[in-house]
Amino acid sequence: MKPASFKYVAAASVDHALSLKAEHGDDAKFLAGGQSLMPAMNFRLAQPAVLIDINEIADLTGIRRSAAATRVGPVTRYRALQRDAAFARDFALIGEALPHIAHPQIRNRGTIGGNLAHADPASELPAIALALGARFHARTATQERWIEASDFFVGALTTDLQPDEMLVDIELLLPKPRTGCCFMEIARRRGDFAIVGVAAMMTLGERDECTDVRLAFCGVGETPIDASSAAEVLVGGTPTEAAIRDVAASMQGMIDPGGSVHATADYQRHIAGVLTERALRTAHQRVRDGR
Amino acid sequence: MDGDFHDITLSVNGKQYRRRVESRLLLSDFIRHDLALAGTHVGCEHGVCGACTVLLDGQPIRSCLMLAVQARNHEISTVEGLTDKDGEYHPLQQAMHDHHGLQCGYCTPGILMTMTAFLDENPSPTEDDVREALSGNLCRCTGYQNIVDAVMTAAMRTRSR
Repeated sequence: MKPASFKYVAAASVDHALSLKAEHGDDAKFLAGGQSLMPAMNFRLAQPAVLIDINEIADLTGIRRSAAATRVGPVTRYRALQRDAAFARDFALIGEALPHIAHPQIRNRGTIGGNLAHADPASELPAIALALGARFHARTATQERWIEASDFFVGALTTDLQPDEMLVDIELLLPKPRTGCCFMEIARRRGDFAIVGVAAMMTLGERDECTDVRLAFCGVGETPIDASSAAEVLVGGTPTEAAIRDVAASMQGMIDPGGSVHATADYQRHIAGVLTERALRTAHQRVRDGR
Repeated sequence: MDGDFHDITLSVNGKQYRRRVESRLLLSDFIRHDLALAGTHVGCEHGVCGACTVLLDGQPIRSCLMLAVQARNHEISTVEGLTDKDGEYHPLQQAMHDHHGLQCGYCTPGILMTMTAFLDENPSPTEDDVREALSGNLCRCTGYQNIVDAVMTAAMRTRSR
């Protein structure tokens, strides 16, 4: 229960961190909040030769807003997001999900970028990133690119980030006007990983008809699952109870949950259907209530 | 691999320490073994049980999920720093005593560090607030009720002082 030996470097800047990663590649790991990496190292499931600590790089922390988008530094801690009332209001899915992410001590230390780059399929934020259509800014020592959330999560604990790349920024677009959001999950205990979690967004038009709907899940596959296509039938009409039930049924056919000692695959599929109905209904109600 | 060592300076309970630490030394082991402050307990060593909770710059964190070298130039607070200079219990320690909020005591230092920081920020909590704040600390003896009662009592006593 102690980490294996490694070389520790506290990176002074993003460039410093990237030059170290260029040098060491897969032998090096970035250390953000450490709330997933440190347990893995304590168990010796992870044994990086070099640990690049990015916690003291000021450029990687904080929320920056512009008219076009909101950008969140990857080392911004859950606690900071939770305490920014404007952020939690603008991105209600994240605000609603944060209390489900582990416990206060973990949220004081864990970071949004560490979470997304770790890409645990049972984790809340990857699913929310899909629902929101987030974009990720990745850099190497010499190049940069933007990665869409839909291309970012490629497998269990695996992202599209390359061995010499670092996630340096997360871009979120404000939901359209008249959009209702809802995140909910079922876990064995509050703070545990979700058996199933759902992020739903619904946008209504002038006649209260549904003009857009987003639906994403955590905990039901190797990656977070974007099931928005199952909800597309709602677009153009009024989202009635019957229509929402049909969406839940077709979504259940789209997922292939793995099941575990805590929840069989059938149970997960059942819960996913129940949560889909509740989340879409709640999102619809919230936009009608103007929340 | 030869050990990778770093010289660090940090403050623990207001006292400055300079030590040479190996990179892989966990903050929890540093506090217990290098500083001989064995009040911080180590339970699961993977961030589940909360026994090792200490304050990093005033905020509760799991000391088993942080490296000692990362605490360089930061302020750590442990359960040893809770009593005042005359050795009087912190109001929460007294309330835990009064309400029988502990049995074996293994989880208690982590709970004290979590909940004293919580009360500093939330002097008038509801019972639900207390349970939410306590959710990251496992206790296998008490069933939590007496701990919740103790926190509510400590809050009330602190407010009325």
